[in-house]
Amino acid sequence: MSQPRMPEETGVPEIDPYLHPVMKKNYGDWKFHDRPRPGVLRHVANSGDELWTVRAGTPRQMDVTMIRELMDIADDLAEGYVRFTSRSNIEYMVSTEAQVKPLMDKLTECGYPIGGTGNSVSMIAHTQGWLHCDIPGTDASGAVKALMDELVHEFEHEEMPNRVKITTSCCQINCGGQGDIAINIQHVKPPKINHDLVANVCERPTVVARCPVAAIRPAMVNGKPSLEVDERKCVCCGACFPPCPPMQINDPEHSNFAIWVGGKNSNARSKPTFHKLVASNVPNNPPRWPEVGDVVKRILAAYKEDAKDYERIGEWAERIGWGSFFEKTDLPFTKYHIDNWRGGRANLNASSHVRF
Amino acid sequence: MAKPLHDTPMLDQLETGPWPSFVTGLKRLAKDKDMVVDLLGQLETSYETKLGYWKGGTVGVIGYGGGVIPRFTELKDDNNNPLFPACAEFHTIRIIPPPGMHYDTATMRKFCDIWEEHGAGLIALHGQTGDIMMQGCTTEKVQVAFDEFNEMGFDMGGAGPAVRTGMSCVGAARCEMSCFDEARTMRMLVNNVLDDMHRPALPYKFKYKVSGCANDCVNSIQRSDFAVLGTWRDDMKVDQAEVKAYVGEKGRKYVVDNVITRCPTKALSLNDDDTLDVDNKNCVRCMHCLNVMNKALSPGDDKGITILCGGKRTLKIGDLMGTVIVPFMKLETDDDFEALEELATEVIDFFAENALEHERTGEMIERIGLAGFLEGVGLEVDPNMISNPRSNSYIRMDGWDEEAAKWNERKAAD
Repeated sequence: MSQPRMPEETGVPEIDPYLHPVMKKNYGDWKFHDRPRPGVLRHVANSGDELWTVRAGTPRQMDVTMIRELMDIADDLAEGYVRFTSRSNIEYMVSTEAQVKPLMDKLTECGYPIGGTGNSVSMIAHTQGWLHCDIPGTDASGAVKALMDELVHEFEHEEMPNRVKITTSCCQINCGGQGDIAINIQHVKPPKINHDLVANVCERPTVVARCPVAAIRPAMVNGKPSLEVDERKCVCCGACFPPCPPMQINDPEHSNFAIWVGGKNSNARSKPTFHKLVASNVPNNPPRWPEVGDVVKRILAAYKEDAKDYERIGEWAERIGWGSFFEKTDLPFTKYHIDNWRGGRANLNASSHVRF
Repeated sequence: MAKPLHDTPMLDQLETGPWPSFVTGLKRLAKDKDMVVDLLGQLETSYETKLGYWKGGTVGVIGYGGGVIPRFTELKDDNNNPLFPACAEFHTIRIIPPPGMHYDTATMRKFCDIWEEHGAGLIALHGQTGDIMMQGCTTEKVQVAFDEFNEMGFDMGGAGPAVRTGMSCVGAARCEMSCFDEARTMRMLVNNVLDDMHRPALPYKFKYKVSGCANDCVNSIQRSDFAVLGTWRDDMKVDQAEVKAYVGEKGRKYVVDNVITRCPTKALSLNDDDTLDVDNKNCVRCMHCLNVMNKALSPGDDKGITILCGGKRTLKIGDLMGTVIVPFMKLETDDDFEALEELATEVIDFFAENALEHERTGEMIERIGLAGFLEGVGLEVDPNMISNPRSNSYIRMDGWDEEAAKWNERKAAD
């Protein structure tokens, strides 16, 4: 019998073979860049070389025909190289300004929006959802597609006070990460337990240990070893569901979206910040999730209207105060906005600083 | 030709509108692939019922213990037969991309050819951790598909309680803010621990992310256990002629409102002759003024890195940002890189030995205290690691004199 093939454990490849020649030549030796128009970057190296980049939106989940079309465009008009941003935008690099317009024309003709640079709303960072995840409360690709259809003007123009990064997540694990606006499934009912399956499917001590509020304990139910949830303690986070699928957390009626604002990863001006809850129980309504779009557009409109140049959404809310934020966005303020998690007192106002 | 499409009235609505549609892409694949015909059927069902129908399992390749995300359909009839049998198995293979996600078209075309032959032909560029996600493969085809990617020079990414695929920004390849070789750094960090990536045996996942400056384009502080960010410790470079030109173009009020007063440590002052004063001792290298006055201001020459540890999302104790464990180290010579590799090895070894099951680095640090972690990995304390000193007196401090002596000794040696 022939030996099975063992993998070549090569890990991360070398970068060199994949770099556009102008990048390779000027690696680590760039002088400045500017943005001649939204979606286009011009980088100038100390050698005097220029590199023009055109950035376009993609759906992230791509079929081979679409990828081949994008590669045809790169071969015909962009010297055979591309890169992707962390938000699934594709970037084409060319060495001269003259190559930019034909490239943009072709991308536009093929239906790829050009933008996502500077003070725009870039592509939404998204997760897997119903298409591929084992624990999703919603779809990711569809929700992102529906939202980007509504926000495409803001992708193609740089009209925001500062850049806007939107993320979505299909459960509270929040694979989409922090965002200026984060659109995340929020469960509000404890898991529904199929006691017939728990003993066979779940490693019970692991599940007990997984609960952040110690609400799960082993129990005999109908003569079978199972788990029970103290529903007064349960925060409905869904952490028990991945290690124990019989503890179904997704509830088609009650698992809806919460919307959070003010997450920021950059260190520019203020330190990085986590996003904060602003709205909840926004309907999970496929295929176009219109209620989510309404809330997001309301927040963006207020931000665009009121924030100063270079303020991110969180910095803007901090300056005007959360009272004004809820007023300007016409969103209700509730007891659920008041943090009671560990360390949550740091999010209360321990001063007499009050706005009128 | 594949079997006919199922009716998908909800998904069909996602074929309209200006943003490129993944549904249109899936339908193109469904012309030739029964697997995608049935995938569309299952996805449409999810849109109707608002429930997901995938469960995990165990699928892998020879030699590795992770990297494949197994998915089996749970949408079955009363006799336990799949309602959409052609997508009963729909696994993902995670492949590590080149640093900075740069590609030549030939490589991408080859990915497409392999995945069209052995998989569904659906590729996500990229997953949130930074993998190329080859989506839709039967158990039978996983090995042959992986072998072909592997023969191209590409390797499996991480999954489960393991080192995960790393990310680095565009960095030195195109960015004037780049303070070190991000690609080399990320490659070195990840390739140092491939055994922990491919044979999952850590307490939980461990992620490296590498950003060339404080703009942190790969979100390293919040999204990684071990974050490396570029910085510099000498003075930022100021081209006063370009400052004057910028003030001339934008006006003094604009520069005061958007640059000078936006400095978080009030380290900038606009002079009467429209040149710029920088209090470099109090500059925290936040990058704002460099971002705005890109032509006039640049990082200094004495570049290096800051390292933060412990970023993660909510599960289980709540969100944590990474916090500083190394305020500055040089990263230019081979010796510098070796020193970073040694430190990174210390950190992951400490994590492997001391974290509880399903505990991330940040949670472990929270549990044992940063001082205990620093001692464990052999790093000295530094005021740059804190926002402010402790404000609570409940701490046993009978080692004070020895600790103060250590500090004085270090200061005297500087």
